[in-house]
Amino acid sequence: MWKYILKKILLAIPVLLGITIIDYAIMSLAGSPLEMMGGPRMTEAGIALKAEQLGLNQPVWMQYLSWLNEMLHGNLGTSFKSYRPVSELIGENIGPTLLLMGASLVVGLLIAAPAGIYSAIHRYKKRDYAVVTGSFFASSVPGFFLAMLLVYIFNVRLGWLPSGGMKTAGIGGGFWDVARHMIMPVTVLAVSVAGSNIRYIRSAVLEILETDYLRTAASKGVGRRAVIYKHALRNALLPIVTVIGMQIPMLFGGAVIVEQIFSWPGLGLITMNAITGRDYPVIMGVCLLSAVVVLAANLLTDIVYALVDPTIKY
Amino acid sequence: MNSSGFSLIMKRFSRHKTALVSLILLVIMIGAAVLAPVVAPYSPTRPTGSFSAPPDSAHWLGTDQIGRDMLSRLLYAARISLLVGFMATVISTAIGVVLGLVSGYFGGWIDKMIMSFTDMVMSFPYILLVLVAAAIFEPGLWSIIWILGFVNWPGVTRLVRGNVLSLRETNFVKSDVAAGMPRRYILFSEILPNTVAPVTVYATSVFALSILDEAALSFLGLGVQTPTPSLGNILNGAQSLTILTGKPWLWAPAGILIILLVISINLVGDALRDAIDPRNNG
Repeated sequence: MWKYILKKILLAIPVLLGITIIDYAIMSLAGSPLEMMGGPRMTEAGIALKAEQLGLNQPVWMQYLSWLNEMLHGNLGTSFKSYRPVSELIGENIGPTLLLMGASLVVGLLIAAPAGIYSAIHRYKKRDYAVVTGSFFASSVPGFFLAMLLVYIFNVRLGWLPSGGMKTAGIGGGFWDVARHMIMPVTVLAVSVAGSNIRYIRSAVLEILETDYLRTAASKGVGRRAVIYKHALRNALLPIVTVIGMQIPMLFGGAVIVEQIFSWPGLGLITMNAITGRDYPVIMGVCLLSAVVVLAANLLTDIVYALVDPTIKY
Repeated sequence: MNSSGFSLIMKRFSRHKTALVSLILLVIMIGAAVLAPVVAPYSPTRPTGSFSAPPDSAHWLGTDQIGRDMLSRLLYAARISLLVGFMATVISTAIGVVLGLVSGYFGGWIDKMIMSFTDMVMSFPYILLVLVAAAIFEPGLWSIIWILGFVNWPGVTRLVRGNVLSLRETNFVKSDVAAGMPRRYILFSEILPNTVAPVTVYATSVFALSILDEAALSFLGLGVQTPTPSLGNILNGAQSLTILTGKPWLWAPAGILIILLVISINLVGDALRDAIDPRNNG
């Protein structure tokens, strides 16, 4: 088992390196951050000096290697804009993003799991079609449009919820205050999580309901309820758990847009600012972080699978 | 696929009532969008009425802040959004099919290389890639098509590779190999036609996804740029509070149109999958 895990980790390292190379290449194509720094008060000599300070006068592959070297020594560099260490920037903003993503994942799965199981049990009945059509609807609504609708209804018309931010300025910061600010962004993300997972969970449960051992259980006279709740659900849990791993890149992408709309002070917001400002070290830091998280989630999924499914060889 | 197989699929497809309704809706929407120059009552870029007028008999969906007819703009916008979605789907399907065929058929180190590259692109927060890419290239119609085309292929590659691997074990391919048929013939005349159906089904979801992504990018101002109307950038114009609260005709129709397009495409794709492979639970 340990050998299997080690092998998976060793396989993930070149993938991670590959991702950072692709990132760096794309980013450098984007244009030099120096273009953004130029201005009426900046002389050419000043720009050249700046380029040398930031190491931007070197060829791109040299820049990448020195970034890689620093990264391996635990240094993610300093933001070109705010002159603060990237790790500090990420550390400050990761909390709100994790809070948003975690809450959305939990809420989304709490909707998707019962709905998917219900739909599978009532297969090919009107109720099943209603749930499946509903899930298509949920995954067809653009997140930003749903966000606009929510703001229109709950902020502008009803005035129940704040339109953005994480805390009310001045008085805010308590648990209920943050929770109130979270309702709309979490709803937007949870709808998309639920939309894409209902059908997945439905087919996972259907597959298990058709297995021989469940037919045997049913034919032995175990009641329908007991078949479903005792035997089927326990076995459907595995595919459901693995979905969580697949959610993370999608959820992060959704968070970038949602944070932008609701001015949620998280990673998505600083990422957008870094991209438009060509703040290389910050972009690289966020890309690296997200790649590590995604690969770690994949690894965890593989390990859980190997632990539970005895047919996997390792 | 022979004609009786085709009619069987059509028969199974038509059992799905919601999908039939979606298909009809989709044909109407695509028809109206493609024929926009003929059916649109006004020019989408020139002012033809008073500023921000609510819907009336002359302008069914009202006019925007500089007096352009919203219905005409919406028709042209749907045209652009469908074009982006369609071209992005064609590009990613083409890349995905070629890489999947090569990877599955040749195996060995070629397969390993292609698949690890596929994994890399897949394990990347997709929107981050799109955003970085969108910031690089001049924002515009063709850059957004290429960007979306280049990020959506990994799913197709995996699908095709899996199919090729199982087809390689079938008797008709094995007999071709035994008969000494040229590789190109086996690949393109035997294996490729048998992957068309699943790839078509997958492509419908890429199509739907691309329309959503175009909308999101244009909404953020990184996609199709004004004055060319697209469903996303019409919504981009509605971010100000006065428009959001007082002039819903400027944003609600575009959002509803996106939802209708995407859900119709998804439902048609789902029924198609069921019609092609009824054993699949999906």
